Amino acid sequence: MTQLILRDLVKRYGDTEVLHAINLSVDQGEFVVLVGPSGCGKSTTLRMIAGLEEISSGIIEIGGRVVNNLEPKDRNIAMVFQNYAIYPHMTVRRNIGFGLKTSKLSKPEKDARIDEVAGILGMTEYLERKPAQLSGGQRQRVAIGRAMVRDPAVFLFDEPLSNLDAQLRTQMRLEIKKLHTRVGKMMIFVTHDQVEAMTLADRIVIMKDGHIQQIGTPAQVYHEPANTFVAQFIGAPQMNLLDATGTGTGVRLWNGAEIAVPGITLAPGRKLRFGIRPEDLTSGAEGLLSGTVTVAEPLGAETLIYVDVGGVEVTATAPGRTPPRAGDKIGLSLSGEAAHLFDADSGLSLRAGGA
Amino acid sequence: MAATDDLTIRATSDALLRAQAPRKKASMAQFIRWVLLFGGGILMVMPLAYMISTSMKFPWEVYEIGLIPEEPTLENYTYVLEDGRFFGWFINSLIIATITTLSALFFDSLVGYTLCKFKFRGRYIVFIAILSTLMIPTEMLVIPWYMMSQSFGWLDSYWGIMFPGLMTAFGVFLMKQFFETVPDDFLEAARIDGLNEFQIWWQVAMPMVKPALAALAIFIFLGNWTAFLWPLIVTTSPALYTLPVGLASYGDEADVAWELIMTGAAISTLPTLIFFLIFQRFIIRGVVMAGLKG
Repeated sequence: MTQLILRDLVKRYGDTEVLHAINLSVDQGEFVVLVGPSGCGKSTTLRMIAGLEEISSGIIEIGGRVVNNLEPKDRNIAMVFQNYAIYPHMTVRRNIGFGLKTSKLSKPEKDARIDEVAGILGMTEYLERKPAQLSGGQRQRVAIGRAMVRDPAVFLFDEPLSNLDAQLRTQMRLEIKKLHTRVGKMMIFVTHDQVEAMTLADRIVIMKDGHIQQIGTPAQVYHEPANTFVAQFIGAPQMNLLDATGTGTGVRLWNGAEIAVPGITLAPGRKLRFGIRPEDLTSGAEGLLSGTVTVAEPLGAETLIYVDVGGVEVTATAPGRTPPRAGDKIGLSLSGEAAHLFDADSGLSLRAGGA
Repeated sequence: MAATDDLTIRATSDALLRAQAPRKKASMAQFIRWVLLFGGGILMVMPLAYMISTSMKFPWEVYEIGLIPEEPTLENYTYVLEDGRFFGWFINSLIIATITTLSALFFDSLVGYTLCKFKFRGRYIVFIAILSTLMIPTEMLVIPWYMMSQSFGWLDSYWGIMFPGLMTAFGVFLMKQFFETVPDDFLEAARIDGLNEFQIWWQVAMPMVKPALAALAIFIFLGNWTAFLWPLIVTTSPALYTLPVGLASYGDEADVAWELIMTGAAISTLPTLIFFLIFQRFIIRGVVMAGLKG
C-alpha cells in the first residue's frame, strides 16, 4: 500500500527557514490539497516531494522507501505544472508519450498506453495536433495525460487550474475529481483557492508561513477550524471575528450583548475572539446585534450584507428575494451553537478538536 | 549586413505596394518617407550592382564609373570557374564556415544554457569573464592566436583557421539571454519525466530557442565566410586559402585584377544568400511559446 510520509520536513534558504518541521501522512488513493496564501510553503513542500527542491532536513517516504536522495524520475511520481509545461514543438501524442521516454515498454505498448490515456481525457482526435492549436483546457488535459501515462504512485498538481478562466476552472476541477475516482491514485494538489481545496479534497492541509495550521476533511476545517487563521481563510465570505469576554456559561460581546454557548465553560473575564459565519447570522427587524446596512451585494440566491454594528463591520447573508438595502436599520440574531471561540492571544480554538 | 539589406528591400517594396493601393492623396510626409526609403534602398543595392557590373567588364573598363559595361562579357566568370584554385577556396570556405558554425552553435548554446539554468558558485564571474573577451579587438588577438597555432602545430591548416571561432563569446551571451525565456517548468517537467540534464538541454530547451539558433547561425556563418585577416595570417599555402584570401590574391603586385575579384565575390555571395533564405524563415516565423499560457 503506497503511503506518502513527510517527517519533520524543513527547508532553509541560507539562514532563512521557510518550512518548519512539516509532518504529514497521506494514504493510497487519498486526495490531499495543500492550501494557503502565497509564500506559505505549499509549493515548496510539493516540489520537495517531487525532488525538484533539496531537503534541508527531515524525511520523505513514498511507499515505505525514503526518497530523499532519489532523482525525481526514480520517485514514482508525476507532476502537473501551473503553466502546463507541454512542449510546443511536439504533437499531443509525443507530449503525452514523453513521460514514457525512459520506460521499458515496446513501441506498440507505448502507443496503446497513449491511446488509452487520450481516450480517458477525451483527446483522441487531437493527438496529432501541436499545443498551439489547442485551447487552454485542452493543453491542461495534455499535461495531465503526460502525468497519467506513466501510471505513477503519486500525482502532484502545482496550481494547475490557476491559468484557466473561471468557467473552465470549474469544469476542469470536476474532471480532475472524476479522474481521481477513476484512477484511484494518491493526488497531492496545491492551490491558493480555498473553494478548489474544499471541492476537491478528501483532506485539506492549511498552511501559513511554513507551518501547518490544520489538517482535516473539508467539513472539519470549515466547522471546526483550529485557529482564527483557518477560520477566516476557509469559507467565503469570511467568518466574522468579534471581541468578547467569557461569562462562565457563555460570552459577552464587545457591545455588551450576552450569548449562552452550550458545551463550554469559560472563565469570567477571559478575553476571547468570537467567531460566527455570515450564514449563521439571521437578519430581521430586531436581533442581538443591531446596526445599519452599509453595502448589500446581491449574489442571486442570497445577498451579502455588510452591517455597521457600533463601529464594527459584521458580514451576514440575507435571502436573495427580499434583501435589506443599504441604509436599512436591521437586527442580526444568532445561536450560541453556531459560535466558534478562540483564545484572544494565541488565536487557538477553545472547542474540543482544536489544535 | 545581409539582414539589413533584406529589411531595406522589403521596406522599399512595401512602400511601392502601398503606392499601388487605391489612389488616395499621399501626404507630403509620406512622399518624403518614400523618397528616403528609395534612396536608402539604392544606397544598399549600389555596391552589389557595382560588383555584378565590374564582374562583367573587361580589365580596361574597370576604373570607369559607368554601371552598364560597354561590352558586357562573361569571360571573367569562365576564367574564375575554370580556374581550379577558385573551386578549392570555395570548398575551404564552405568546410570552415560550416564546421565553425556547427561547433559554435553547439558550444555557445551549451555554455549559455549552463550559465542561465544552473545555479553554481562563480557563475556570474564566468559569465562576465566570457563577456569581457568581447572587448578585445581581433587585431589584438591575432598575435596570441598565431603563437598558439605555432605551438600546437596548427599553422597553415584547417584547425589553425577554425580554432578561434569554434566558440564565441557573443553566441554565449545571445544564447544565455534566449534561454532566460524558456520557463523552468519545462525543464523540471522533463526532469520528472526521467531525462538526464544533457537530454533536457538537447530535446527540450534547444527546440525552444530555434529562432536564436538560426540568427546565431547566420551571424557566425557570414562572419566566417567573409573572414579575411586571420585566415590570411595563418595560411601560407594557396591551396588552403579561404575565398576572401584567395580572391585578394588575384592579380599581381603591379595590378589588382578587380574584374576577377568581383566575379569571385559575386559567385561567393550565392551560398550566403542561400543560407540566409533557408534560415530567415525561422527568425521571421519565430517559435510561439504555445506550450505556456501567455
